[in-house]
Amino acid sequence: MRRTFPLALAFAFGFALIIQYFIPHPLSQKFYRIMVQQWLIIISIFFYIFAWRSFGIYHINKVKRKKEGWWASIVAIFGVFLMAGAGFLSNRGFFFDQMYNYVFAPLQATMFSLLAFFIASAAFRAFRARNLEASLLLITATIVMIGRVPIGAYIWKGMPKLVEWILMYPNMAAQRGILIGVGLGMIATSLKIILGIERSYLGGD
Amino acid sequence: MNFWKRLIRIDRRWIFLLVWIAVTIPLLKPIGLPVNVTPPAKNLYNFVDKQKPADKAVLLIFDFDPSTMPELLPMGVAIMRHCFAKKIPIILYGGLYAPGAGMVEMALREVKSDFPDIKYGRDYVFLGYVPGISLVILSIGESIKGTFRNDYYGNSLDTLPLISKVDNYDGIGVAIDLSGSSLPQLWASYAYQRYGCRIGVGTTAVSAAQYYPWLQTGQFVGMLGGLKGAAEYEKLINMNKIPTGRMAATIGMDAQSIVHLLIVVFIILGNIGYFVIRKAERKG
Repeated sequence: MRRTFPLALAFAFGFALIIQYFIPHPLSQKFYRIMVQQWLIIISIFFYIFAWRSFGIYHINKVKRKKEGWWASIVAIFGVFLMAGAGFLSNRGFFFDQMYNYVFAPLQATMFSLLAFFIASAAFRAFRARNLEASLLLITATIVMIGRVPIGAYIWKGMPKLVEWILMYPNMAAQRGILIGVGLGMIATSLKIILGIERSYLGGD
Repeated sequence: MNFWKRLIRIDRRWIFLLVWIAVTIPLLKPIGLPVNVTPPAKNLYNFVDKQKPADKAVLLIFDFDPSTMPELLPMGVAIMRHCFAKKIPIILYGGLYAPGAGMVEMALREVKSDFPDIKYGRDYVFLGYVPGISLVILSIGESIKGTFRNDYYGNSLDTLPLISKVDNYDGIGVAIDLSGSSLPQLWASYAYQRYGCRIGVGTTAVSAAQYYPWLQTGQFVGMLGGLKGAAEYEKLINMNKIPTGRMAATIGMDAQSIVHLLIVVFIILGNIGYFVIRKAERKG
């Protein structure tokens, strides 16, 4: 029963929503509206319960067992409660805004901006023309990197057009191939879930 | 040979120092390199520009958080300035994830003082966070009031005149998603394919390449790619005598140019070193 019921639910609602798409009758539209505006949004709120649970289990275990960097877990737990408390108590007022603008935003922006330093270091150490494929990638990346910024046009006027051509043709052809592959994969996986062939989302097996 | 070996094994802190210098000096002493406008940015600008004030609204979605703020916030600011100047009604949406609402507030703080005649509720509305991600996109297609009920400040949407005119994608001329992730694809898949709402995109430079297939098919009306895309939009609104503020993206372009050039120099030096060392090792 623990397995059959969720499988039956996935089958019933999966097929109901596929069939609904092709039926313009008002009843079908009403069913769709109730699903997307009420049921599914309510279900998605439960993501947060799982997220909080996973977050709590991971960090509390880390602190309990005094694993490396356990003190950072205390900071993480404190941060989560501080932001949530600020949101609830000040109703997104002054304290919450100050925390967001002067703690959360600079911290996150700083973490992301460190990437520039690591990319520069990695480019120097690892970006090598070891074979034909790597050389092609290296040459293309260099052209795009220079051509996408104003200094590219300053060096050679045709550079921005060359970059636009690279992005619009060779890049697009490759991206489209990937997209079609991903799309077909998604359809196949969705069908397998609806038909109960793919069951890993239930856990175990 | 020894020189190249030493260079290849250089302490990476020297590289970090050079990058820091390459960022800092152009910010303190701008060079003023001219920004050329690319077709995807021009197309997005034109699409927004042709919206009529009394007609449909622009839905501007802040699907990003402070990590990608330096690239995406100037885009939001420039598009807001464009809409406010042309009196195009604008629905600001804090995005499919919670931190985006703070980004809308930052953009509003920067823009509002330049447009004192713009009135909340009539000319623009600010919608906050509702959980659901792709479901929210579908739900907006049925009813904005039914999806959000209140605006970000807690006012009932029934009290806002703009929402009485615009309750789903039928009242939206273009939805512009600013995001460094793959969320614009969701907007194209659900808002455009199911409800026919036209989609524009503003994304980080590193994500821009993946959206060219969507541009070519017309699923995206235009695109701003990275800080350069934001600088292009700033240039376009500046050319049309719209107040631009401090033009944060244009200021940053000099620093980005120099850093890109520096990285190319690093790649060239790294490869010369690699080949010199490999040749010497093969010889003996």
